[in-house]
Amino acid sequence: MGLREMNRESAFRTSDELGGLTDRRLREVFRLMYTIRRFEVTTERAHLDGDLYGPFHSSMGQEAVSVGACMALRPDDVVTSTHRGHGHAIAKGADLGRICAELWGRSTGYCQGKGGSMHIVSMEHGFVGQSPIIGGSGLLATGAALAFDLTKDSRAAVAFMGDGAVGQGVFHESLNLAAIWRLPVVFIVENNGFAHSFRAEQMQLNPDVAPRAEGYGIPGVVVDGIDVLDVYRVTRTAIERARRGDGPTLIEAKCYRWRGHNLGDAEHLYRPREEVEKARRDDPIERFKQAVSDRMPDGTLAAIESEVDGAIEAAVRFANASPPPDPGVALEGSF
Amino acid sequence: MQEMTFVEAVREAQAEALASDDRVFIMGQEIGEYGGVFRATEGLAERFGTHRVRDMPIAEQSMLGAGVGAAVMGMRPIVEVMFMDFIACGMDAIVSHAAKMRYMSGDQMRAPMVIRTQGGSGTHHGSQHSQTLESWFLHVPGLAVVVPSTPSDVIGLFRTSIELDHPVLFVEHRALYRTTGTVPDQVEAIPLGRGVQRRYGDDVTVAAVGKSVRQALIAARQLDAEGVSVEVIDLRTLVPMDVDLVLESLSRTHRLVVAHEAVERGGWAGELISRVVAEGFDELDAPPLRAASLATPVPFARELEAEMICDERLIARRVRECLGMPESWA
Ligand SMILES: Cc1ncc(C[n+]2csc(CCOP(=O)(O)OP(=O)(O)O)c2C)c(N)n1
Ligand SMILES: [Mg+2]
Repeated sequence: MGLREMNRESAFRTSDELGGLTDRRLREVFRLMYTIRRFEVTTERAHLDGDLYGPFHSSMGQEAVSVGACMALRPDDVVTSTHRGHGHAIAKGADLGRICAELWGRSTGYCQGKGGSMHIVSMEHGFVGQSPIIGGSGLLATGAALAFDLTKDSRAAVAFMGDGAVGQGVFHESLNLAAIWRLPVVFIVENNGFAHSFRAEQMQLNPDVAPRAEGYGIPGVVVDGIDVLDVYRVTRTAIERARRGDGPTLIEAKCYRWRGHNLGDAEHLYRPREEVEKARRDDPIERFKQAVSDRMPDGTLAAIESEVDGAIEAAVRFANASPPPDPGVALEGSF
Repeated sequence: MQEMTFVEAVREAQAEALASDDRVFIMGQEIGEYGGVFRATEGLAERFGTHRVRDMPIAEQSMLGAGVGAAVMGMRPIVEVMFMDFIACGMDAIVSHAAKMRYMSGDQMRAPMVIRTQGGSGTHHGSQHSQTLESWFLHVPGLAVVVPSTPSDVIGLFRTSIELDHPVLFVEHRALYRTTGTVPDQVEAIPLGRGVQRRYGDDVTVAAVGKSVRQALIAARQLDAEGVSVEVIDLRTLVPMDVDLVLESLSRTHRLVVAHEAVERGGWAGELISRVVAEGFDELDAPPLRAASLATPVPFARELEAEMICDERLIARRVRECLGMPESWA
């Protein structure tokens, strides 16, 4: 199949209703998206209340990208992430209590409190980590895919990256390397409109990321990052391609960063409040609710919501009740 | 005289350079209208224009590498690397290009640029946003390394740095940004390689730079109460390094502690101590000691960071050790 053909939307999008997902899987999609939203709301509040410390980057508004992509993966596939990674960790199945405890810097956190909000790792869930060094996630996933290729392992890797990563040399290097070696990796650029205070079009003359794929001889597909099913369908095709040995795909998920770059960001300096409000009216969770309204009675989703609310409360309680790390741990694991 | 914060001084020093020399311009991320994530360039884009205060994509290799190219053509770039950790992303431009241009070309080319960056612990940014890496650069001939500790020194040292015909790494500690100090109306340019005595004492000399100078002063006040008189030397620049000033101080105190937040192993304290031992062995009444961070990445949790980072308590402990005082004295 030539690149032109591969790039045709139809090659990546199946027309199956609701992505062909069963009711159980659709409930799971909702549960994960709602969990990420509640997690971000709750931990942001805790940070403002002074219960948390350190930098905090909310993924609110980008739930559909994390969930749509991870629903297309096997549990043993791996994901790499960025500074804005809470949603990716949750979508990959990591435990809420242990993520919370890590944000709280407690001994029960995934990294014993050594990592914090920008360094969650859960190897058992294939969440092989966040790289807050912009561009780092791309090569990490490429290397993981190289390991799978070398060992004839059927797993695939997904790299989440921000639109800001596109300016880094390693973005180019990872795509090219993965392309020439046909590695089983999918690059998902979450184009949330901003790299800190900059809009994509200010830092790249062509604001679209997907067309760059052509330069590497791989498919590049734009997805609607507010539509979890669109993200799911396209990622699923890309993953199948990767597993077949046909190499990487670049997916650009158009979405919007609902919150400031980080907590305390002087957002007013670069974007009007009305713009944010307008963008927020297109809510990925509401869109999903509408898409499934015929299949899912309201009560079903409401029940999931209250179940998730409880789970988040429990996770925060777990973090708060966990002891801080034993100081001796500081010296363990270094060389 | 006026009272100024450290970060205001960084701003002021750059404004002065931009105003007095057309060849000076700044490149960095979020430095233009946003004013810098630590406000170190606030107002500069408005005053000097975005063609001279230039926002970059997230591309450290580009800003450092293009900085070298522009410097070679006669410009005087200031490159702001948002976190010192990210310097690793553009290391080649500094180490194999900027540092070597002048020598390698038989002095046909020069790469006068100031690479400004900030680093260090204390804000719980995690292992990849908290490093103290200035020691790396001592090992690369061709670079000056400047680490100011007061607002006034920021201005005096920056003036010399921007005029130097060599690349300069100018390191600011994040925890110093909001500290204040008095700045004279006419700040003199401070020559590189000239340290300063911050506190007089006769029992032990503590040599440090940047934030560690403040911590050494805190430790010294505490030790005063224990009857120990500590002299504090602020080296101000690591390349060149004012070893003579330290030797002069040792001719009175005969004991040396070198303090830095960088990891102890391979840190610049080792360089200073080996030179002191070679040149002033007879002055020493005790082995020189290092007060420095333990060899681990900087962890996120407060309790863990406190365990490995060099702070005033560790400096005081090393001073006592150097004097052979039992720890129970603390
Ligand atoms: C190498 C490197 N340079 C700069 C930064 C500082 N920084 C952190 S996040 C960010 C913006 C990232 O934008 P994007 O990639 O679009 O991700 P988003 O924040 O939108 O999720 C910047 C400049 C960094 N973390 N790493
Ligand atoms: Mg972005």
